[in-house]
Amino acid sequence: MDIFLQQIINGLTLGSVYAIVALGYTMVYGIIQLINFAHGELVMLGAMVAFTVIGALAGTALPPVLIVIAGVVAAVPVCMLVGYTMERIAYRPLRNAPRLAPLITAIGISIILQHLALLIWGRSPLAFPQIIPLVSYTIGGAIITGVQIAIIAISLLMMGGLTLIVYHTKLGIAMRATSQNPQVAGLMGIDIDRIISFTFIVGAALAAVAGVMVGTYYGIAHYTMGSLLGMKAFSAAVLGGIGNLAGAMLGGILLGIVEALGAGYIGSLTNNVFGSNYQDVFAFLVLIGVLVFRPSGLLGERVGDRA
Amino acid sequence: MNTFAKARSKWVGVALIAIALIALPFALASVGTAWVRIANFAILYTFLALGLNIVVGFAGLLDLGYIAFYAVGAYAYALLASPHFGLHLPFWVILPIGGLVACVFGVLLGTPTLKLRGDYLAIVTLGFGEIVRIFLNNLSRPINITNGPQGISRIDPFRFGSFNFSRSETIFGLTFSGPIKYYYILLALLLLAILVNLRLQHSRIGRAWEAIREDEIAARAMGINTTHIKLLAFAMGASFGGIAGGMFAAIQEFISPESFVLVESVMVLSMVVLGGMGNVWGVVLGAVLLSFVPELLRYTVAPVQHALFGRTIIEPEVIRMLLFGLALVLMMLYRPAGLLPSAVRKRELARTNGSAE
Repeated sequence: MDIFLQQIINGLTLGSVYAIVALGYTMVYGIIQLINFAHGELVMLGAMVAFTVIGALAGTALPPVLIVIAGVVAAVPVCMLVGYTMERIAYRPLRNAPRLAPLITAIGISIILQHLALLIWGRSPLAFPQIIPLVSYTIGGAIITGVQIAIIAISLLMMGGLTLIVYHTKLGIAMRATSQNPQVAGLMGIDIDRIISFTFIVGAALAAVAGVMVGTYYGIAHYTMGSLLGMKAFSAAVLGGIGNLAGAMLGGILLGIVEALGAGYIGSLTNNVFGSNYQDVFAFLVLIGVLVFRPSGLLGERVGDRA
Repeated sequence: MNTFAKARSKWVGVALIAIALIALPFALASVGTAWVRIANFAILYTFLALGLNIVVGFAGLLDLGYIAFYAVGAYAYALLASPHFGLHLPFWVILPIGGLVACVFGVLLGTPTLKLRGDYLAIVTLGFGEIVRIFLNNLSRPINITNGPQGISRIDPFRFGSFNFSRSETIFGLTFSGPIKYYYILLALLLLAILVNLRLQHSRIGRAWEAIREDEIAARAMGINTTHIKLLAFAMGASFGGIAGGMFAAIQEFISPESFVLVESVMVLSMVVLGGMGNVWGVVLGAVLLSFVPELLRYTVAPVQHALFGRTIIEPEVIRMLLFGLALVLMMLYRPAGLLPSAVRKRELARTNGSAE
């Protein structure tokens, strides 16, 4: 029983990170129908920048929480800038091109960002300095650490904040209008270019925070960490119904739990034929399963059949 | 008269190219055997790029896990012709088997996804590539199938009876080293692949692919079974990948999951995009360029940096990847139809307003 609870807690932690990253995918997809392959690299970039700042401040007498906050404060604007730039340079000129063109550009951007990071930070992973004292609590036989609590709480806060923006501000109304019909939204006086830029910037900010969280959780940041995480988060977005904010949140958390339970039980279920080294396969199995049985996702309303 | 002269000059051109291609390995061998190997890999990548061109160029489906089929073909060859299972089938039997196995994988992957929007396919194939790699890495237990990260070694080279492609041999006073012999058989297979591609492009199926790429709904309205035709493109592309994988295993005589990472998929995609999606000669050009330029970089970048700064600041490998990324982005922005665009593709991509939906 305690293994079960433990895996649920672990799954919830990773799942909330997936959810935050998935929100970035789903917002961009909802508004311009583009899978932004480079989104995962923004997560990586966020983690790398934050780790650099945190590493530099680790020796000082500042309280650990302040150091981590400083890392986040440094990472968020960098990611926002990169997110804005990639939309402006690489995606905007292709907005009316055939769908294949921006997808290929997105791959290119992702490769470029990854290798720029390699140039800047090198091949060896950055380690998270041991500044946060290990706090853990025991609930019903399972252990939850302070970091895990913080990750889940911050994720929930960000999800709440985003929901507020999208559903209760003028900007949010403009975003939703643009995603429903950009032409008509434009006729209604909405500056579509600005809204799309804004969407990328918000997504990038979320990605930066997600990067710091996942880096802190695993204790390392590496220039290749973004691609797998990005793919999983995209799977989460599809699971929940791409283009749907609540779906991305639900999908992310569900995917995290599926992955954790899968990794925890696959060994005993298959008599150790498969081990937890197959953990990364679950996200894709979920993705393919969703596409076969419910292509619109759990909460999605549109059944996609656009070429 | 005029057309006759034109036709004649065309044949003269073809003959010149043929002579150049036949003489090439000896010219390269005089620089160094390494360059013959590089030429062989260029041929291999061209073969792969032609396969991907069927999927991306002809049918307009973005496949980001293409290297998985290459991996499947390579492992099929390795398992059927190495001491690992003690099997030693001849290569002309295994290459088609590899193609077939890859084709089956292609159908398995394509069936659930091809009914959906094209961009789902991109991410699902991306995931599929990762899954295949994870399995290759881990299927060493409980039964040792792939030998895990160590890979499979001592794979049989191509052999006709006692004629072994990995040994050097002297015929008519000319020394044919292993790589040179491989060069000729690879070139022959490549020419066959080019022929198949050219014939496919103008066949009924090729026109159906083009129709789907241009407008899927209209294609369906014209009576094309879009799912089947797309699946066909996917399966054919996969078999090309599988056959190329078999050739790779034979040349290298060693394979491991390391060779089948996402970056390789991106590289093959860059070749197709750079040369010109959907144009066979464009793809050949793209593949040859992107095979040789990184090698040239490898030989120039490090020495130049040493001369300027006294040490290697940027590894050639990083420059190579940055080049691939830039090639993808810049080509899409400024020359979306590629260096040698296909006529239809050019028209399609030049449209400023169209199939955005």
